[in-house]
Amino acid sequence: MAGSKEIRNKIKSVQSTRKITKAMEMVAASKMKKAQDRMRASRPYVQRLFEIMLHIQKANTEYRHPFLVQREQVKRVGAIVITTDKGLCGGLNTNILRMVLNAHRDWKAKGVEVDYVAIGGRGLGFLQRMGGNVVASAVGLGDRPHLDRMVGPVKSLIDQYVNGNVDEVYVFFTNFVNTMRQEPRQGRIIPIPRQFRTASGEVRKADIGEGSWDYIYEPDAQVLLDGIMLRYLEAIVYQAANENMASEQSARMVAMKAASDNAGKIINELQLIYNKTRQAAITKELSEIVERAAAV
Amino acid sequence: MANTIHVDVVSVEEQIYSGDAEFVVLPGVEGELGIYPRHTPLFTQIKPGAVRIKLPDREQEEFVYVQGGFLEVQPTRVTVLADTAIRAHDLDEAKAIEAKKRAEEALANKDTAENLAAAQAELSAALAQIEAIRKFRHRAG
Repeated sequence: MAGSKEIRNKIKSVQSTRKITKAMEMVAASKMKKAQDRMRASRPYVQRLFEIMLHIQKANTEYRHPFLVQREQVKRVGAIVITTDKGLCGGLNTNILRMVLNAHRDWKAKGVEVDYVAIGGRGLGFLQRMGGNVVASAVGLGDRPHLDRMVGPVKSLIDQYVNGNVDEVYVFFTNFVNTMRQEPRQGRIIPIPRQFRTASGEVRKADIGEGSWDYIYEPDAQVLLDGIMLRYLEAIVYQAANENMASEQSARMVAMKAASDNAGKIINELQLIYNKTRQAAITKELSEIVERAAAV
Repeated sequence: MANTIHVDVVSVEEQIYSGDAEFVVLPGVEGELGIYPRHTPLFTQIKPGAVRIKLPDREQEEFVYVQGGFLEVQPTRVTVLADTAIRAHDLDEAKAIEAKKRAEEALANKDTAENLAAAQAELSAALAQIEAIRKFRHRAG
């Protein structure tokens, strides 16, 4: 009966693992609801903001904001990498970091230097191991994105852009499609792109023609454009973090559900083996008794 | 299509209004703005106050209270990126008046320049809210 005790211990350990994964699944499910609501609530704002940016880009503005000017030579780019702080959420971080790695190789091949801003602990660790030049980071963001904690690191990169040290800025994050599906995305945010992809994946371009038109500004073009550009950056980083958080909780819930299901399967299999060995031991004992009885 | 202009009022928290309108009135920083369809492109900031939207084929106007933000006007659409937007129905007059009182008190015993600026901003937001409620009441009543 030595084997059966081992099996019993194994079953117990798998059962307690299942308890943990089950609890994590439930925690993730409740957080997921909130994260998804928050992400959905701010999507229209970001989309309208993007549309306005496309319009502004088409306008022949009297004040050329630095974000509207495409530089001829790109020597150094900035990349904002948004990942989760914690693991156990399936392939979420692996997918986005693979995308970062590919982009990194492409840039290096072209002789372009990259400055990274890491938002989220997983990305920070990866970029440091990869030997990326991390100029700023924000980790331990908790369950809701606090803009004030992300703005500092992002601002440092934007300042580099305005100074002329960095020529383009990209953002990497995981876009929420639905609870079962999240996709990694990368996109240029400065200079303002000529098109953008909505959360549902369709490509949007400006719906008005390029021309010699300009806005009427009240009161002043520079003040207004500076203001809206700041909003644009904040909104983009906020929304990317929001999408990422909704993706994280969904991915974690799904991963933990799979883990709980697997644990259940293993327990069933082990139980079967346990029953078989126990049965075999009883049969063996019985047949021994019968043999002895026959001998007497 | 009738002579209308598409109006979107969005804040980070939610999409507050989206639809066609005959005429929109907005609280611009330089004064009230009245926008009809096929307006020339305009870009401005708005201050706390009520956005009045005249819907086609309807007597009553839609009221949305905004706490400031940006406004973009294109010939066929008006987009308000509001810092916070509340429908006039949701406004609570008692709360607004209380906020006004608080802001006035803070102004009375001003200690630092920073507090003063915050109190002034709070006061103007509260005043705009009360104003929005009054306007709405006036229309409704």
